[in-house]
Amino acid sequence: MTGKSRRIELRAAPHVKRGVNVETIMLHVVLALLPIAGFSVIQYGLSALALIMATTVSCLLSERLFSRLSGQGNTLADWSATITGLLLALTLPPSFPLWMAAVAGFAAIALGKVLFGGLGYNVFNPALVGRAFVQAAFPVAITTWAPAFFPGRFTGFIPTTFTMPLMTPPGLAEWLHQHVVDGFTGATPLARWKFENHVASAGDLLSGVATASAGETSALLILACGLYLAARKFMDWRIPVAVIGSAALVALAFHLVDPGRYPAPVFVLLSGGLMLGAVFMATDMATSPVTATGVWIYGAVIGVVTVMIRYFGGLTEGVMYAILIGNALVPLIDQYTQPRVFGARGRKA
Amino acid sequence: MTAGILSFLSSFGSHLPFARKTFARGVHPASNKSTAGTPLRRMPFAPRMILPLAQHIGKPAVPTILVGQEVVRGQLIARADGFLSVPLHAPVDGVVEAIELMPSARGPWTESIVIRTYEASTQEVRWGEPRDMAALTPAEIIQAIQDTGMVGLGGAAFPSHAKLTVPKGRTIHTLVVNGCECEPYLTCDHRIMVERTDDLIQGIRYAMRAVGAEKAVIGVEDNKPDAVAAIRARLPADGSITVEAVETKYPQGAEKMLIKSALGLEVPAGGLPSEVGVVVNNVGTLALLGRLLPSGQGLTERVVTVTGPGISRPGDYWVPIGTPMRHVLEWAGAEDVTEREIILGGPMMGQAIASLDVPVTKGVSGILVFDRRDIETESARKTYACIKCGECVQACPMGLNPSMLGLLAASSEYDRMGSGYHLGDCFECGCCTYVCPSNIPLVQQFRAAKGVLRDRAEAVKSKLELHESGERFDFGHKEGEGRKPGGSRHPINPPPSAKP
Ligand code: SF4
Ligand code: SF4
Repeated sequence: MTGKSRRIELRAAPHVKRGVNVETIMLHVVLALLPIAGFSVIQYGLSALALIMATTVSCLLSERLFSRLSGQGNTLADWSATITGLLLALTLPPSFPLWMAAVAGFAAIALGKVLFGGLGYNVFNPALVGRAFVQAAFPVAITTWAPAFFPGRFTGFIPTTFTMPLMTPPGLAEWLHQHVVDGFTGATPLARWKFENHVASAGDLLSGVATASAGETSALLILACGLYLAARKFMDWRIPVAVIGSAALVALAFHLVDPGRYPAPVFVLLSGGLMLGAVFMATDMATSPVTATGVWIYGAVIGVVTVMIRYFGGLTEGVMYAILIGNALVPLIDQYTQPRVFGARGRKA
Repeated sequence: MTAGILSFLSSFGSHLPFARKTFARGVHPASNKSTAGTPLRRMPFAPRMILPLAQHIGKPAVPTILVGQEVVRGQLIARADGFLSVPLHAPVDGVVEAIELMPSARGPWTESIVIRTYEASTQEVRWGEPRDMAALTPAEIIQAIQDTGMVGLGGAAFPSHAKLTVPKGRTIHTLVVNGCECEPYLTCDHRIMVERTDDLIQGIRYAMRAVGAEKAVIGVEDNKPDAVAAIRARLPADGSITVEAVETKYPQGAEKMLIKSALGLEVPAGGLPSEVGVVVNNVGTLALLGRLLPSGQGLTERVVTVTGPGISRPGDYWVPIGTPMRHVLEWAGAEDVTEREIILGGPMMGQAIASLDVPVTKGVSGILVFDRRDIETESARKTYACIKCGECVQACPMGLNPSMLGLLAASSEYDRMGSGYHLGDCFECGCCTYVCPSNIPLVQQFRAAKGVLRDRAEAVKSKLELHESGERFDFGHKEGEGRKPGGSRHPINPPPSAKP
């Protein structure tokens, strides 16, 4: 650029830009995730904090490593790896061993992003790829839950947090017995519904006292942060609306048919990771459609598949796989929902 | 199915009675129209005027004067060469110094008439016979318009008489008058609407007669309420001309967008406005025609917005056609133009120029000067891979998929851009590049891709011609076949693949 500096500049039109860059968008997503991460620390204390740091640092280091290997320059500045790290932490149980969290972070970046060619080329949401990887690799640890707001959470860690690599985490029964009120089953509201037909109250779900991964218990907070992003136009509001709306409709239909077997839509919406998934994961730009119609279809697919997995699948939680399925369909959806060209002949809008 | 329902729902908004008149998608750049309140001013003559013979779309004009000849302001100095061409008139009293290759915005060297201005040159135009406009037939009006040398002053520089000529078999019901001026910074049309309202109404009447339109609708963006009010106060009582305030949004001033906003009509893709019974003309063009036609004079000056962060006396100036940029910038107070960017037209579609000797031509609506700070902020933007944010899809007023087009351009799949993704419908408005957070030069790539496709089409055409003549040549050797009754032509082999 220096050689040019004394000449009249020549650039091709347009000569002005909106001024919103990739890093602007990503940074705002990070900012919007911070309150949710903060709330998880309030709920689960030091272990949650350590978990967030572990996944984030692991993602950042992996990103740096791969960007150096591929000569892409420093890609940390685009903030996308930070988002992946934060999101990943919010989908894991707070008691998750840190070394496993680091593995999850590495898998998220390596398998979810670098394998495809980096930011923008990835087909699947990297955080969910990381989460799916550890779900397969460590099936026990990922279904071991600690209760929210347990006493002493700010002075000590949940014992499983510091499990040594390649060691099986200790059972939590003993620790739970010491720390927690009786009657704690260590099951998430979704698991309790699925296996015991117990429907948690909306109040419990909203206030975060229910047991679940950090990001799953603060529906209101997630909505508020999502609203901020949508208002600043850093997030496509149509996706969460489509996901939540379609999930609610399907759940309502089932509820009306058999209210004894299927809970009211509000339980479906507030339990599990639906909110976090709808607001922060399904909206990942690189892995969602670009067309206006496509966005609605994609959101609706995720909402419906989530409920189907929960009701009929072997798993308690379906959001993760629903979003991954949605991601896989994106190229197809985009292809069949090309916008109508202005003045296209033969077809009326 | 879902697609249909959803697009039905989203189109619903525009049919509500209280909804603003507008088109779908588009962008909202900061308007920066700081000169909107400054009255029109005159710019003095430059000592030397440069008049390219090709200032319009079509064939260059043919000089009718000789080097060394004296000319007076308004005198015909080059005649139109056929129908798609317009004449040129002398902007000053002076002497023809040369007819030679000079720099222009079109390219480094364009054949131009150079006139040395007499110091005593006056603003008075002493050429042209007053006409009785009421007596003219539509065809005569078209001819009179060609004689003024008028072109689309909005920037297209398409000969106005050609635009106002209705294609055979079509009838025009409405003349749409484009007063949107949707490009940021530009205010020349705004000032004309406010200050030259009577000329404008007069010009609209002539144009309506030329095309046989019963109605005229003036579309003005709703950020110019003073212009709307000024026009409304002068509208004829018969109701044939109306003003429509349309939403302030870029590119509202694009013909097809304005027709959609003002009349709700959608011009078919690849088609002309006349297919829906409409002709569009710009307010600046019509206001000048309203003044020039009755007086029988030619186009010698136009209003140019001179503005931007690098200009200390911004404003809208009457600038004689042919004035070198250097003179305009000195007058408007741009001292040091190195490390600046100088743009002809608006910031969204305008063209940067490399030389200060480039003259103001008929199509120049604005001269913007950006300073070093602007240039640095822009060039500091980092380019990323497409993150599929869909912003460009939500911005493209033509309903294209710039994201996909960009990916195809990156892998040089130009044919697919054209055949599968409607590259030909892109009118290079730049909305996609404007919004892209990855800072991908989308429209810039599309322009290049169109160029490649055009070149290939030409290459195929010339090969095809060669092929045909070759066949004819071969014909003589294959006597038996050639004499078949009916002499059916040999099938032409498909042209070789267009791939280079
Ligand atoms: S430049 Fe072309 S592709 Fe881009 S927004 Fe305008 S019409 Fe659409
Ligand atoms: S605006 Fe840019 S980054 Fe976003 S989808 Fe379009 S091309 Fe891709």
